[in-house]
Amino acid sequence: MYDVAIIGAGVIGGMVARELTKYRLSVCLLEKENDVACGASKANSGIVHGGYDPAPDTLKAKLNVIGVEKLFAAANKLNVPIKRNGSLVCAFSADEDKTVKELYERGIKNGVKGLKILSGNEARLEESNLSENVTSALLVTNAGIVCPYELTIAAVGNAMDNGAALRTNYEVTAIVKAEDGFRICSADGRQITAKYLINCAGCYADKIAELLGDKFFEIIPRAGEYMLLDKAEGKTVSHTVFQVPTKEGKGILVTPTVDGNLLTGPTALEVDSPENNETTLTGLDTVAALAKKSVPTVNFRNVITSFSGVRSSEKKGDFIIRASEKVENLIHVAAIDSPGLTSSVAIAEYTVDILKSIGAELRENPDFNGERENPHFFRTMSDEEKNEYIKAHPEYGRIVCRCEIVSEGEIRDAVKRNPPAHDIDGIKRRTRSGMGRCQGGFCSPFVAELLAEENNWPLETVTKKGKESYMFTGKL
Amino acid sequence: MIKHDIVIIGGGPAGMAAAAAAYDSGVKDVVIIDREEKLGGILKQCIHNGFGLHKLGKELTGPEYAAVYEKAVADRGIKVFYETMVTDISEGRTVTAQNSGGILKIEAKAVVLAMGCRERSRGALNIPGTRPAGVYSAGTAQKLINCMGYSVGKRVVILGSGDIGLIMARRMSLQGAKVEAVCEIMPYSGGLTRNIVQCLNDFGIPLYLSTTVAEIHGRERVEGVTVAQVDQNRRVIEETKRYIPCDTLLLSCGLIPENELTSTAGIPLSAVTSGALVDEHRQTEHEGIFACGNVLQVHDLVDYVSDEAEIAGKSAAEYVKGNLHSAVTVKTAAGNGVRYVLPQRVTVPPKEDISLFLRVTQPFGKVRYTVKSGDEVLAAAVRLKAAPGEMEKITVKAERFKNINEEITVSLEEVQ
Repeated sequence: MYDVAIIGAGVIGGMVARELTKYRLSVCLLEKENDVACGASKANSGIVHGGYDPAPDTLKAKLNVIGVEKLFAAANKLNVPIKRNGSLVCAFSADEDKTVKELYERGIKNGVKGLKILSGNEARLEESNLSENVTSALLVTNAGIVCPYELTIAAVGNAMDNGAALRTNYEVTAIVKAEDGFRICSADGRQITAKYLINCAGCYADKIAELLGDKFFEIIPRAGEYMLLDKAEGKTVSHTVFQVPTKEGKGILVTPTVDGNLLTGPTALEVDSPENNETTLTGLDTVAALAKKSVPTVNFRNVITSFSGVRSSEKKGDFIIRASEKVENLIHVAAIDSPGLTSSVAIAEYTVDILKSIGAELRENPDFNGERENPHFFRTMSDEEKNEYIKAHPEYGRIVCRCEIVSEGEIRDAVKRNPPAHDIDGIKRRTRSGMGRCQGGFCSPFVAELLAEENNWPLETVTKKGKESYMFTGKL
Repeated sequence: MIKHDIVIIGGGPAGMAAAAAAYDSGVKDVVIIDREEKLGGILKQCIHNGFGLHKLGKELTGPEYAAVYEKAVADRGIKVFYETMVTDISEGRTVTAQNSGGILKIEAKAVVLAMGCRERSRGALNIPGTRPAGVYSAGTAQKLINCMGYSVGKRVVILGSGDIGLIMARRMSLQGAKVEAVCEIMPYSGGLTRNIVQCLNDFGIPLYLSTTVAEIHGRERVEGVTVAQVDQNRRVIEETKRYIPCDTLLLSCGLIPENELTSTAGIPLSAVTSGALVDEHRQTEHEGIFACGNVLQVHDLVDYVSDEAEIAGKSAAEYVKGNLHSAVTVKTAAGNGVRYVLPQRVTVPPKEDISLFLRVTQPFGKVRYTVKSGDEVLAAAVRLKAAPGEMEKITVKAERFKNINEEITVSLEEVQ
């Protein structure tokens, strides 16, 4: 019997789990996929939003604005790269100039600091590749960039280091509420029990609510397509360049990533299923055309991959974070679309406050350690330090991924550390092996071998991303 | 810091031939740095035959061809750093590398770049659809099958009719898979004619020209692809879309020279070849740094890689010996019907005859090539046909370069 079960190991589930391990609670995180960060948390813009966009007096406004600094602090403790590069929200017409002013005023009302309206020319001084057609822009100096899946992996890993349990491939198909708590059953016949249940199921949050007869909201899955460009293009812009938002979302952005690539996207298209995350020709063409509207010099010949992520929106437009009115000891943390990543730490704290308010006993965990060792410690070393380290650990000298310079030692670590990688994509998200310009063409055979060896698996059982995503069809 | 006269980066066919040629030109202190535990590069996984006909006068498999040069390297006592990855080349030719022994810094008098190339990935092709397992670049599949002994699929569609794609169509068939189609976005194949005959026709595999993969389907493993014809701008024609069920998509859509080290070192590259800009010695615009093989330009045959590497190796040795002085050069340029010419500049006057290598922009019938500087014709050659997939070579006599100071242009015209 766990004290708390959390359904969904995305950035929200991960941050909530980490927050809970600050207390003497037994925590179990349930994830339907083979790894953490497999939904919206692996495929979004990776932006720390300033807080000018959400309507005042919403939960989004409140948690976004207080969330920025909380996220920076947590990311630094977790050794996740985060950078305050600032953002520019660009207008292209007199009408849009008005929107920029509105955003500025809204930002002030929300309590955002460091906002400034720039003329088109001032904006181009900040960002030399910006289009000549930009008429004005909102400069948001507190905004930043972070890698969303690295943050999720670190949050879950840190929660696990502090005692939380993680069950993967645990697709919740039934929940029984008994006297003493919830019995939560998986599709493959496993079950756990927990006194409190927190629903962080992302695009499936309404389905989970439905299992408990408490479906008072409906998630609208909204897909966003992106194109990621080679590091050679990474310096095209230094700020995150937005266009003024529309009803559908924050528009197409052009941004550097913390890893040095250039990211463009997303589109915003309502889809009928959260699984509907394929890219489309129309979507990718739209991304390219609109990205060039802001930054005409983006060279799409240097695309290294494209992807689509499905966000969990809801028609009222605000986060839904509250204790169930129907089911005792149940908390919903739902409809977390943008600025969910920015707000993730604030959301986790807010959720724990709710847990306390519904009667959970929270005693501080004196053993809690909020820091996580840098998984990329090796790559941050100087040549001299590397030399010393390799002498003691020769596996760090052998390079497996040539594009991103990732060693065998780092790949073996990714299989051993919390949360352990179980598949090729899991290794990729943890180490960046296969994340570069050849997209795993050279390294994936070696990564498959290391994964099999570390786990004592036959090589042919290695998958790309769990379940039926097998890499091999047999041994010759 | 250790010192060597010549450091060769890459131990594939280019690196091995360059090393042996440098040694034979009188510089004995030559070392090769290679990423893998065995020399040979990609040849190790090319177990089919067809290698060596031009260079060695006999038909060998890839590993056999590699063995010839591996022996040449061993016989000369050339030192090889195995499982060693070069991470940086400084302007002063200090090469930084790492292996399980630690970080190496080697000060070189000359460097030969021979890192080869990589395949264009699904991401770079930007094919829409899902992102399941079962999408492999052809070379990756070749390694998994031939070197590791695992099958990668049972029902296959191949995009791209470059030579690796064609070879893999045959390989997958021999291994028991059904190859449903080879699709080529261009109106012609980029592969060698002999490979179309021996790898597709002999196995009854259809080749669809002006056709591409428009979408990939399948959530976990590939379940099928939508193929479609393309218009002149290579855009998909909606009404020609059709679904082919398959569990594997192999991509053979072009090779990209791996010049990240080169560009980090600040060495200028050609936008057309994606390789360094070189003179007839295969010297880049950085003195003492040479390039050869597929890192310089993607070749059709390994035999030509070896030829080019011998030029680079010999020139590196001459440079170390002080015999390669900076000289006046004239640029070369691609004229009508020609996509690029390599070398991109030549010494005038040169000591020896110079061979110009080029590729054409599209397939032609009988053509006449003309090499001109201003109005002066330096050389001319007639060929019965020309195709982008087959590199052409035109040799210009050394004495023809006398008094030349204008750009040298190679162009073609179709003749009856």
